[in-house]
Amino acid sequence: MKKLINRVENFVNESLLGMEAAYPDLIKINLEPRFVYRADAPVAGKVAVISGGGSGHEPMHGGFVGIGMLDAACPGEVFTSPTPDQMLEAARKVNSGAGVLYIVKNYTGDVMNFEMAAELAFAEGIPVANILIDDDVAVKDSLYTAGRRGVGTTVLAEKIVGAAAERKYDLKRLADLCRQVNINGRSMGMALTSCTVPAKGSPTFELGEDEMEIGIGIHGEPGRERMKLKPADEITEMMALSIIEDGAYTRKVREWDAEKAEWVEVELVDPPFQAGDRVIAFVNSMGGTPIAELFVIYRKLAEICQKKGLTIVRNLVGPYITSLEMQGFSITLLKVDDAMLELWDAPVKTPGLRWGM
Amino acid sequence: MITKTHIVSWLRAVAGVLAENKEYLTELDAAIGDADHGINMDRGFQKVMTQLPGVEDKDIGSILKTTGMALLGSVGGAGGPLYGTFFMRAGSAVEGKHELSDADLIAMLEAGLAGVLQRGKANLGDKTMVDALTPAVEALKKGLADGLNTVQALEQAVLAAEKGMHDTIPMLARKGRASYLFERSIGHQDPGATSSYLILKALYEAVK
Repeated sequence: MKKLINRVENFVNESLLGMEAAYPDLIKINLEPRFVYRADAPVAGKVAVISGGGSGHEPMHGGFVGIGMLDAACPGEVFTSPTPDQMLEAARKVNSGAGVLYIVKNYTGDVMNFEMAAELAFAEGIPVANILIDDDVAVKDSLYTAGRRGVGTTVLAEKIVGAAAERKYDLKRLADLCRQVNINGRSMGMALTSCTVPAKGSPTFELGEDEMEIGIGIHGEPGRERMKLKPADEITEMMALSIIEDGAYTRKVREWDAEKAEWVEVELVDPPFQAGDRVIAFVNSMGGTPIAELFVIYRKLAEICQKKGLTIVRNLVGPYITSLEMQGFSITLLKVDDAMLELWDAPVKTPGLRWGM
Repeated sequence: MITKTHIVSWLRAVAGVLAENKEYLTELDAAIGDADHGINMDRGFQKVMTQLPGVEDKDIGSILKTTGMALLGSVGGAGGPLYGTFFMRAGSAVEGKHELSDADLIAMLEAGLAGVLQRGKANLGDKTMVDALTPAVEALKKGLADGLNTVQALEQAVLAAEKGMHDTIPMLARKGRASYLFERSIGHQDPGATSSYLILKALYEAVK
């Protein structure tokens, strides 16, 4: 696999430094430990929204740092969770005193590292909340797995919650909003090809010329089912129906209870979609799929949503949560109310997402 | 009696063995995870090697806690918090000690394992590092209770870890990224159980 890199071990840092050089008015990079932060942080009176995860999903998360979205992002190595020292140092840098909300994708490594970071931040007196994103319907249950993975809804949550933070929502209200976005969002992904982690140098898995992998995550991890390649409309229908017809999803997540100073289990239920719902439809490229193919998908998705009585009130089409150069796409549908929609429309100015300013 | 010199040589040996097995562990992870376990563990123990000279003169507890902190800040993934917690808790259990009795050795490994269980919430049979560590700690305790000397009991622990590691092959993963594969996780050896076996084997070899 050919890649535009210099030295494998410098790849993540050189990419971040390049983004800083391109957007000096919006972001700054700290390398030891590694995090991206808003150039004007901390913003007085505002809760700081921080996310993070393995690198290789650009523009998420570093490209979403800026006005109206994230205050900081902690990039790990490619597909590897960042570490608690990054998350803690980022919190110290961007906390205005109003506290920090960590948005965490549900992967075992990310969850454990962010939990340790939250414990450390709390011990330093930084008000902190951790909210999980677990929206991947390819994972059926949480009883025998680590639960649904955090995928496309993360991007939408970072936008909506970031806008609310800009309007000075307090930490509790912001955490409640983030949890609401999470339970109302559902996603599913697929791959036509694997991807190659630079440090490994060979594809994570092999897919035949005529095969596809359905239910893929965003780390080159194999999906749930491998099948013969089908026309785009059939694939879109299969994935859209998995999302739209998904039943109520119940699981327990751990959230930090600041009063008790301990982790508490919270039961969450994702309500199923119903005819009449208004949704934001997000068609995402895994990195290697061109925009033209995404619109082929979107065309069919819009038709299916209409048939099912779902009104697409906004859309997002493009590469926003990628898996290096993997060919493939994901669909996310997020049920919105007026408040969420208004926050979605609010101005945002980041390297990866910009409108209204 | 296990001395501080044994512990330092153990950590150096772990760094060596993980560097040698970097690709092997990554291959195991590629099959059911995300292809980074060997790379991450190697990076972590290289970091430990840079910090070891600064604490070699201190007690075993400090050496192990420094090891844990270095891993926590450099490994990432699930391995970082789990092995970081393992070494930090193991270190706390033998704080201030410059040599370890058999009881200290048991306390050290039991504390490390308890930390892993608390952080990762895995049960025996979930296809994780716990499947290598738990039988190893049990075999060590049983060996010492049955009158084996330290080295013999550690050898039993390594054999139990090796068996535990092999036992993960037919298991259905219920924790971590491998759990998303459901029945497709069956037939693959767990990378975390494998690194745990390698770490315990290095301890036995450093002490014998």
